Amino acid sequence: MAGEKKQGLQLLDFWVSPFGQRCRIALAEKGLPYEYLEQDLGNKSELLLRSNPIHKKIPVLLHDGRPVCESLIIVQYIDEAFAPASLLPSDPYARAQARFWADYVDKKLYDCGTRLWKLKAGEPAQAQARKEMIEILKTLEEGALGDKEFFDGDAFGFLDLVVVPFTSWFLTYERHGEFSVEKECPRITAWAKRCGERESVAKTLSPPEKVYEFVGAMKKRFGIE
Amino acid sequence: MAGGSDLKVLGVWTSPFVIRVRIVLNLKGLAYEYIEEDLGNKSELLLGSNPVNKSVPVLLHGGRPINESQVIIQYIDEVWAGSGPSILPSDPYERAVARFWAAYVDEKVGSAWTGMLFRCKNEEERAAAVARAGEALDTLEGALVECGKGKPFFGGDGVGFVDVVLGGYLGWFAAIDRIIGRKLIDPARTPLLAAWAERFRAADAAKGVVPDDVDKVLAFLQTLLAIGSMKK
Repeated sequence: MAGEKKQGLQLLDFWVSPFGQRCRIALAEKGLPYEYLEQDLGNKSELLLRSNPIHKKIPVLLHDGRPVCESLIIVQYIDEAFAPASLLPSDPYARAQARFWADYVDKKLYDCGTRLWKLKAGEPAQAQARKEMIEILKTLEEGALGDKEFFDGDAFGFLDLVVVPFTSWFLTYERHGEFSVEKECPRITAWAKRCGERESVAKTLSPPEKVYEFVGAMKKRFGIE
Repeated sequence: MAGGSDLKVLGVWTSPFVIRVRIVLNLKGLAYEYIEEDLGNKSELLLGSNPVNKSVPVLLHGGRPINESQVIIQYIDEVWAGSGPSILPSDPYERAVARFWAAYVDEKVGSAWTGMLFRCKNEEERAAAVARAGEALDTLEGALVECGKGKPFFGGDGVGFVDVVLGGYLGWFAAIDRIIGRKLIDPARTPLLAAWAERFRAADAAKGVVPDDVDKVLAFLQTLLAIGSMKK
């Protein structure tokens, strides 16, 4: 075991993970240098297992060797540990709204998306996943985004970076669910384009076709048609 | 006393998520109006305040709703930062640790709790959920040492975020103890946690909020199960 704790910031991550990407965008927005350490999730490193023994998952942020786990916790840590806090809204009520929606995204979006591509096309469970995905996106559009430029208001912030990595997955969801995000949620689509113009986002997000390829490879591995 | 007519809590008296919010309001010395909801017949106020999840607790502050218990607690802690103890630590790293364990409690203990009471179709499934709860509690025994550092609570000298998040389940745990015929938080298996549970229940802020009438809780369980089966 190393006696010296590594100084500075390190991010244990996996290239296509939307959760990891949230952290990368947050670090970029705060202008914080860090060492990116790509993890092999099929053969987890000792560092990962030691840093996140409970969940054994990425992303993990190491700050002077001390681990912070769970993407939403990491992003809030980044904001709070490196003052001034600029990612989350300054008003407590707005902060509560942002946290509420971040929790909603975490409880709903990824799981539904996974069901959408994992389940067999044409089966009732998959049709249910498709219906739910559209509902989730519409709820985000109407409840969280509304008529604003960004989820957080006039400026890109916490809730935007929480949601935006999933926009790379829209193509995958669309192809598996046979629907169009643009048609169902034009404001979300416009918001995604707006975010994509931001350097931190453009440099971080995986190209949608790469995500689709990745999911295809996962399906082969799991033996899904 | 701060708060008063400005603050309302929509809740269900046994909900761990509601209980934890009420404990925090007590810790902060905040007066509030408590409104008991009938989950089989949700009020207009509840449905209008939490249209997305339609669940309790809801905190209404000056008529504006805040939803999701952990979000509500952080809101209260931030708005009334001057009153009473801090619920979350002030150090960013310790805050991250507290948030991690709070999330762990709701993910592992929470899912086992629904499994033990609401989702099991037979005793085998209940036993499996009890086993999962036991594993989570084993882990939390270690977390108590990590967070509390030998002090009485996860929050240190006083009740903190992880304490209220886990403590909210204690009313139900007493009922589960009766159902399974043994203590879920077993003093032989997790002695620190067992001692912590006694301490927590005895805390002033928890009195009158954490249910202590097991018969009443068990009777209410039947009501909840009936509502649940009507939902489909």
